[in-house]
Amino acid sequence: MSTAAVRHRLARLRWYVRELTGEAAYDRYVAHTRTHSPDAPVMTRRAFERSRTDAREGDPRQGFRCC
Amino acid sequence: MAEPRSTAETEQSGASPGPGASRGLSPKSIVIWSLVAIVGAVGWAVLALSRGEEVSAAWMLAAALGSYAIGYRFYSKFIANRVLKVDRTRATPAERLDDGVDFHPTDRRVLFGHHFAAVAGAGPLVGPVLAAQMGYLPGTIWIVAGVIFAGAVQDMVVLFFSTRRNGRSLGQIARDEIGPVGGAAALIAVFAIMIILLAVLALVIVNALAESPWGVFSIGMTIPIALFMGLYLRILRPGRVSEVSLIGVALLLLAIVAGGWVAESSWASTFTLEPGTLVIWMVVYGFLASVLPVWLLLAPRDYLSTFMKIGTVTLLAVGVLIALPNLKMDGITEFASSGTGPVFAGSLFPFVFITIACGALSGFHALISSGTTPKMIQKETQIRTIGYGSMLVESFVAIMALIAACIIEPGLYFAVNSPMGVVGDTVQAASTAVGNLGFSITPEQLAQAAKDVEEQSLLHRTGGAPTFALGMAEIFSAAFGGAAMKAFWYHFAIMFEALFILTTLDAGTRVGRFMLQDMLGNVYKPFKNVSWKPGVWIASAIVVLAWGYFLWVGVHDPLGGINQLFPLFGIANQLLAAVALAVCTTLLIKSGRLKWAWVTGVPLLWDVAVTLTASWQKIFSADPRVGFFTQRAEYQDALDKGLPSFKLAKNREQMETIVTNSTVDGVLSVLFAVLIVVVLFESGRACVKAIRHPETIKVSETPYVESKFVAPASLIATKEEKAELVAAGVGPEGGARKTEERV
Repeated sequence: MSTAAVRHRLARLRWYVRELTGEAAYDRYVAHTRTHSPDAPVMTRRAFERSRTDAREGDPRQGFRCC
Repeated sequence: MAEPRSTAETEQSGASPGPGASRGLSPKSIVIWSLVAIVGAVGWAVLALSRGEEVSAAWMLAAALGSYAIGYRFYSKFIANRVLKVDRTRATPAERLDDGVDFHPTDRRVLFGHHFAAVAGAGPLVGPVLAAQMGYLPGTIWIVAGVIFAGAVQDMVVLFFSTRRNGRSLGQIARDEIGPVGGAAALIAVFAIMIILLAVLALVIVNALAESPWGVFSIGMTIPIALFMGLYLRILRPGRVSEVSLIGVALLLLAIVAGGWVAESSWASTFTLEPGTLVIWMVVYGFLASVLPVWLLLAPRDYLSTFMKIGTVTLLAVGVLIALPNLKMDGITEFASSGTGPVFAGSLFPFVFITIACGALSGFHALISSGTTPKMIQKETQIRTIGYGSMLVESFVAIMALIAACIIEPGLYFAVNSPMGVVGDTVQAASTAVGNLGFSITPEQLAQAAKDVEEQSLLHRTGGAPTFALGMAEIFSAAFGGAAMKAFWYHFAIMFEALFILTTLDAGTRVGRFMLQDMLGNVYKPFKNVSWKPGVWIASAIVVLAWGYFLWVGVHDPLGGINQLFPLFGIANQLLAAVALAVCTTLLIKSGRLKWAWVTGVPLLWDVAVTLTASWQKIFSADPRVGFFTQRAEYQDALDKGLPSFKLAKNREQMETIVTNSTVDGVLSVLFAVLIVVVLFESGRACVKAIRHPETIKVSETPYVESKFVAPASLIATKEEKAELVAAGVGPEGGARKTEERV
């Protein structure tokens, strides 16, 4: 495999892990806010991650795990 | 939407099952699928026909994987295209309501991972191990047939209907579609199940950790590790989940290794805890964990267990394939017909079918399929992959657990899984007791087995986790690492299972509390406010004490907690499946799919037959091992006669304990049976009404909106799907069509 192919594979893996863990959620949020309401203020990453876990606090049924 | 779906719309949706979904098979695929069918059939034949000799686990894998492939390729496709008529032109809630946070179209491969991690937990590792007492064959047949025709169907159909309703939950759908009484019964069912589920899972952990300093130390260490991760994510580097998870997993492995050092050091006695002490710790932990902020303990624990889950399941699959161990358990043991097995009482029908819930048919999945997943799915065509596919993988996990239980010496299996009242406390007594059950193992072998994994004793370690860990240690040490690693792998497996269970205890207590607050809020308003601290504390305490009570009872029951409580757990889980399947069947009928109602109707009838027969036997059986009230009467009678001891009760105190426990368990069985009947009756009424008066049907489906999204249906995109992506100008993860012309 060429280096480019290896790099491509690794990039895909990184993308998958970031998506699966929810690490990419912030980027998605920023992109979403930018496209839909360009003038709206965007939360900092810190504030965004806080609001995400706090939402789970409010409704624990989100992200519930099965037996 | 007061009007039932028009035929025009149905036809439109049916006409577009997606690229590459042309009917009729090419000669090449006929050859391939015939080969798959032959592999599966040969697997089943070898499993079923071999008697008296050891069979390689390879045959079980062939039977299971072959059947899954056929079930997925043909049955799930039939359900998607003919029954549900998934519509690739219809926008999903994720596309319509995209807010970048809760609702967002998620790549199917990512969502598959999410959904699988959410549905699969400790359940598929426990049930099959217990059911192995009847031999490997009944369990294998039920796990494979159950998932193909019932479990995966339920998950997929619930996911479909919830997706068509903006991701409404099962409880809400039940209330909308089968009325307030059915809805309330479903709600009570979920709450009751949650309590029993948490108690049984906690019991599994207590039985695995009791008198095990290694286990207690390494599991205990997960708490500071999770706290560290939580603080890291909150303060140091918000949102960097992958890096903190890698650090966490490394620390976790270190904790397992360190557990071995602790067990050999002078600290060992500090970490050697009795079951009763562990119960108190678990209850305290459960309470604190559920009132602490989510970010501090639950969220990081969740990351850890998800990483461990996906990693270990993959590793286990590889290990089984490399080691291909022999199944030492008989295909069918005599306990299948006699119903006198020590692990759980009762005969094959109905008890195998309630003992194995997760992995074959699990009602709990309906809560996930109507929770987060429908809000994230890109296309209706992916419902098959996510709903049906994930459940097949969970079923495969159950098969691996069954393999783990069946490759260890059957004598050892029974010594580990029988209650203390049966095997006693010494290896000599256990060896004799196992002999009386019709299996053989010497006291030396029992002592050696414990020594191999550096535990003081493996006797009466009921609950499935130690057995699974023994089997997994066997597989892993054969596949990688050799015998020297056995103790490490054993404790790795215990840790793996304990990690899920502790996460479930925390998350489950929170959900139970949330439901309780909602109910109490009807009496006293402030309870509804989830940020009102006293309400949170009171409701949490009630939930924790409720499962704590059953846990305490389970640990102290002379008849064995798993033996008594596991059937209740199974009945409860299958009850929830009955609710889900009843809702699905009602919806199929109401949405004009009467001729396909059997797709969920037949599994529903089967599930009801199993659950009601089991409840009936638990309530009315004259056999004191099975019937709770007969059991109660027998011990009460002995108490009245003034006997000093009776059967498994060594003294009068134990006899009193049994009388109380049997009464509580019996009453619960009655409650569950009544709930099933209520749900069935209500949904039956809704169905009859829908058939007789089609004009009254209210379909609460969200109206059709045309989708602009392009995304492949299955995990690996076909050639046509790739071409479609390119034509639409979007990447492999799919997206809104950028070019105007339609493909």
